[in-house]
Amino acid sequence: MNKSLMISLIQNEMIKMIQKKRFYVVLLVLLVLVPIFAYAQMKQAEDKIEKYGSDWRREVQQAITDNQNSLGSDRVPEEWKKYRQIYIQQLKYYLEHDVNPAQPGGVSFTREFLDNASSLFIPLLIMGIGSDIVSSERTSGTIKVLLTRPVRRWKILLSKLITLMMFVSLIVLSTFVICYLISGLFFGYRGFDAPVFTGFQLSGSDVDVSAVHAVPQWKYLFMQAGLVWFVGVTVAVLAFMVSVLVRSTAASIVIMMASLIAGSILSNMASSWASAKYLFMVNLGLTNYLAGTPAPIEGMTLGFSLAVLGLWAAASLVVSFLVFTKQDILH
Amino acid sequence: MGAETVLQVEHLKKKIGAKWIVKDVSFEVRAGEIFGFLGPNGAGKTTTIRMLVDLIRPTEGSVRVCGFDVNREPERALAFVGSIVENPEVYSYLTGFENLEQFARMMPGVDRKRIVEVSEMVGLQERIHDKVKTYSLGMRQRLGIAQALLGRPKLLILDEPTNGLDPKGIKELRQFIRGLAEEGLGVLVSSHLLSEIQLLCDRVAIISRGSVLAVGKVSELIRESAGYVIWELSPKAEGRALLEASGIQVIERAEEVLDDAVLAGMSANSVVAQMPGEDVPELLSSLVAAGVKVSAVHKINPTLEQLFLEMTGGETIE
Repeated sequence: MNKSLMISLIQNEMIKMIQKKRFYVVLLVLLVLVPIFAYAQMKQAEDKIEKYGSDWRREVQQAITDNQNSLGSDRVPEEWKKYRQIYIQQLKYYLEHDVNPAQPGGVSFTREFLDNASSLFIPLLIMGIGSDIVSSERTSGTIKVLLTRPVRRWKILLSKLITLMMFVSLIVLSTFVICYLISGLFFGYRGFDAPVFTGFQLSGSDVDVSAVHAVPQWKYLFMQAGLVWFVGVTVAVLAFMVSVLVRSTAASIVIMMASLIAGSILSNMASSWASAKYLFMVNLGLTNYLAGTPAPIEGMTLGFSLAVLGLWAAASLVVSFLVFTKQDILH
Repeated sequence: MGAETVLQVEHLKKKIGAKWIVKDVSFEVRAGEIFGFLGPNGAGKTTTIRMLVDLIRPTEGSVRVCGFDVNREPERALAFVGSIVENPEVYSYLTGFENLEQFARMMPGVDRKRIVEVSEMVGLQERIHDKVKTYSLGMRQRLGIAQALLGRPKLLILDEPTNGLDPKGIKELRQFIRGLAEEGLGVLVSSHLLSEIQLLCDRVAIISRGSVLAVGKVSELIRESAGYVIWELSPKAEGRALLEASGIQVIERAEEVLDDAVLAGMSANSVVAQMPGEDVPELLSSLVAAGVKVSAVHKINPTLEQLFLEMTGGETIE
């Protein structure tokens, strides 16, 4: 066993992670949930075909009309009207360029599923793995055996961090693959070359289309994957810090879950509390910037969200390493 | 006495919050000896042991293993130490062998052969490929010891190793530890059960309320301890007066200095005297001459437990 120490440490962590079977649970969750969503989507598509026939233009036109009608209503909040105006303009753009915004197919399903999953579902899966990685050693007491080896503490923590990053990547990748493979059964495996528009610039309720360009869907998926991965890494690092700070695994899962769900509630409140945009939880919907969906709080851009997440992640890492290397193991 | 010092603890102190948990602890362990670290629960034993293996940072003082400071050079110092701190904690979702592999990867020069070797040493070879969650407590203990011995340490630290073992297990463990010491390993054993340790250790440190009360060979410590003689006399008052007249100190509160087992056997006519055993014959004849009936005389052999009770003034052991 003359390999480099760090490689050995990572190997140890990988073995523990796999033997604990947490990752299989994540895969199982995906294998159960994705078919449910795909089935629901298929039902919805069947409904629409019944209503509008097979012409997608009629469907989009109808959506535009519906949304326009609601703009006149007093009962719709101003905030929502703004969103709908943006939505209408985007639909019109698709219509003008003769592109179906919801081309059915395994690839489109994957794209849409990930848009929806990136701010809560995937972070929850990742959190389940990250919250456990240090605290489980404390819960079981094995931290004492681990830290009495002739190895510096920061090296042990780093090996755990690297392992976590590998599993984050694996989870993001498997989500894409499982989504595509399963939804393909329902909608067919085509659609990689279908165009998707990206680059809508939003200012208030206006949409600036000067920068809009079509990208093939496969390329769009790659961009999405990158952003989802970034979100995943941030959430993982935060869960990692909580896992260092809190001795019990259960407590650390609850803390992370509560803050993630708080984020999705805050985003939905479309806050007039502008400084909430500095919280990491409301910045998790990175893929929305690609699709041109308005950000929950005025003044948020892709660059802003990336910076906020990056700062939170960096701060968590600093805290994790400082605490872990200094802390007394009293229990 | 010329043996190499494997552990040197100097003026170790630890403050947690506003409280000094460990006030001033110094001792050393030499190669080939079994050193007992004794004291009641809450005396600071566990905190001290955790400082020895770098789990807790001392507020003051130093710990050196084979000359290397545990806090400044943990990578070098801890390479010489094998330890079980409190319970033998291992990953229950892995097999015994996989557990040892985990720890082997973290130490230089430990290969598969060594893993097989230590699992045979502790007699676990039959079950080593089973998941640890199927192990009994005794088997976990053995796995813990295998883990501690894996890196061929020079110092073995066992914190309360007899916890949860049956009398047979304790006896086996004692023999095992003795065997290791004979091969030149320095062994530090902590315990709150003094009688167990008395049979095992060459030297002991007695700790109470965060300070070391005494360090030395078990036989020497016991010799320093006062001897007691229990007299059963009738009439009691007369006999007692005679003893006191001969300049012998009679103990009023016997429960503070004597074991429960001895106390239980005492009758109402018992007088406990602190005196050397050699004075018994002379006193006996003068008592008889004065017409006091002596129905029994017990000489109490001093034990560590008794010594401890004396030093701490009856502080409870448990």
